[in-house]
Amino acid sequence: MPEALATPYSARRDRPVAGYLRAIAAIVRKDLAAELRSRELLGAMLVFSLLLILIFNFALELDARTRQTVTAGVLWSTFAFAGTLGLNRSMALEVDRGCLDGLLLAPVDRSALFFGKALGNLVFMLLVAAIILPAYSALYNVNLFLPGLMGVVLLGSIGYVVVGTLLSSMAVQARTRDILLPLLLFPVVLPVVIAAVKATSGLLQAAPPEEIQGWINLLIAYDVIFTAVAFMTFDYIVEE
Amino acid sequence: MIEVRKLVKTFGRKPVLRGLDFSVPEGDFVAVVGPNGAGKTTLLRILASLARPTLGEVRLAGRRLPAEAGAVRRILGVVSHQPLLYGDLTAEENLRFYGRLYSVSELEARVERVLEMVGLRPRRRDLVRTFSRGMQQRLSIGRAILHEPLVLLLDEPHTGLDPEAAVMLDRLLGQVAGEGRTVVMTSHDLQRAASLANRVDVLAGGVMAASVRKGELDPEQLPALYRSVTGA
Amino acid sequence: MDPMPRALKTLNWLTAALFVAALYMVFLYAPREAVMGDVQRVFYFHVSAGWVGAVAFLVTAISGAVFLARRDPKWDRLAVASVEIGMVFAFINIVSGSIWARPVWNTWWTWDPRLVTATIMELIYLAYLMLRQGIEDPDRRARFGSVYGIVAFISVPITFLSIRFFRTIHPVVIGSGDPTAEGAFDMTPRMLQAFMFSLLTFTLIYATLLWHRVRLARMTEHVEERRMQLTSA
Repeated sequence: MPEALATPYSARRDRPVAGYLRAIAAIVRKDLAAELRSRELLGAMLVFSLLLILIFNFALELDARTRQTVTAGVLWSTFAFAGTLGLNRSMALEVDRGCLDGLLLAPVDRSALFFGKALGNLVFMLLVAAIILPAYSALYNVNLFLPGLMGVVLLGSIGYVVVGTLLSSMAVQARTRDILLPLLLFPVVLPVVIAAVKATSGLLQAAPPEEIQGWINLLIAYDVIFTAVAFMTFDYIVEE
Repeated sequence: MIEVRKLVKTFGRKPVLRGLDFSVPEGDFVAVVGPNGAGKTTLLRILASLARPTLGEVRLAGRRLPAEAGAVRRILGVVSHQPLLYGDLTAEENLRFYGRLYSVSELEARVERVLEMVGLRPRRRDLVRTFSRGMQQRLSIGRAILHEPLVLLLDEPHTGLDPEAAVMLDRLLGQVAGEGRTVVMTSHDLQRAASLANRVDVLAGGVMAASVRKGELDPEQLPALYRSVTGA
Repeated sequence: MDPMPRALKTLNWLTAALFVAALYMVFLYAPREAVMGDVQRVFYFHVSAGWVGAVAFLVTAISGAVFLARRDPKWDRLAVASVEIGMVFAFINIVSGSIWARPVWNTWWTWDPRLVTATIMELIYLAYLMLRQGIEDPDRRARFGSVYGIVAFISVPITFLSIRFFRTIHPVVIGSGDPTAEGAFDMTPRMLQAFMFSLLTFTLIYATLLWHRVRLARMTEHVEERRMQLTSA
């Protein structure tokens, strides 16, 4: 990468890494600040999640007995569906008012834009989880506050968000944007859902650690692989 | 500062720019006019490194686009139709965001200075969502010059502005251009372009069909020239 | 209009001949399977179709990658052609799987990891086409298709592994009561020959169809170009 042109003016001339990280932080901060103000997104995701749990309650008859086996599935289905709301909205914000151009004009590597958006999406998802998990715990008297479980939620969310941010940056530019994202996302993110559900379920039912470890390894592998893939392909999505 | 040679841009199979030559010396203010669909926005987007040329050579400050786009972006400021601002953030938050993206040093002081320059200091804590189009455009210019670029590109900045706001914008443009920047502005307002810029180029048929320096031609004769060149 | 190249004409005939031969091998040459009977013959085409579906996907992913590197539209045309054909074969794979499952295990669907993965692959194909359909700009359409092709292709093996891991822990009983009875049977040498032959035939059918489809796409491009030239002149 050729060295940046010097301006006779006041732009900082520190190391590229600092600029890279600063850009990521700026984007996350911007997304959080905007969301804090409008609260549209978090509100929508939360209400949607609670509605889903309600529907599952009646659809699956979450009585005391079946609850143990079905909790993990209900939780992750909820995250998966509510997640698409967040992903779409986050990208739509940039693309709709042409703000994506503003981001592309910045003298930073494109991947910084990707990681900024992905990190922002991750924060939102974790925020939603932070509210849904206690809510579910209370509603169904199931203890979800196991440390391992937090880890699984984190790993699963990372995988979901990495692929989701990548695919939503494409889906949002299509005419059929709202229905397209789930269609593109779900087949690809299935391993995350499977692994997260099995790991969560395992933790809740105190399954043997080797079993749970296997699923966690799968999650980690998925996260690593797709972060790399996203890093390599994001450029092609945004560069004209 | 800006050198464009034989630029060709096709969208799918549709050619928009057909071997365009364009050159802007440092510090000059050039307005590019032309009919709708002539390719003014396309040209600007290519100069802004937001689009790639299909064929031809484009250089900014000696660096080739798109190959060395990363280096060039730091010295570029772009104002487009859309303000590129986040409605849910305040004016100063927007500026701070872009300042961080561009690693602007002494950010707070710079944001102050820019808000002052665009006349939006009293509205700094207001959400951009509540701004009129004219105010958004002014803030957009502020965003574009925040990192003190050497080159400023504007795509029809007067679109959607009422006469009063347009005059304010002109004053601001005059100020900004006066700081030694190289400015390229596209417009479909011939008279305004002629009064603001020191050179007016007419883009028609995918190439630069005419180029007139300030003083070369009587402003009254511009519309006639324009019509003859664009076949309107 | 470019005429069909000699090689393609020959391929047409060769493929047709091989297909007839394959039919013979599958229905007459290969012996009747002891336990399942004649319905087992579906297996030859079932697996071959599945194989082609996977190969087609690989071709799409690779051409997508090459397109992104070279930006030559012909690679994108290849990717789309492969998806269209792959989709058909994947569908044949799923349906033939059902046809086989019904008499053997008394169920239309088994949650066999391979079958589930094949279905997911089919859904990905559909999503790929829907993504392309929703994008107006041809360059963007090609780029997005390429990226999704690559991303989705990488996810398929991972999906397969996760489903398999899922199954080994919770084996699903499929009617016959034996969780490992995924149509396992020993292949006699004749069966093996019939199997390899159908695999070869189907691969050739894929290649032939692919060639035809790519030609069609190229000719469509030419027609479009001419039309643009004529209307803008």
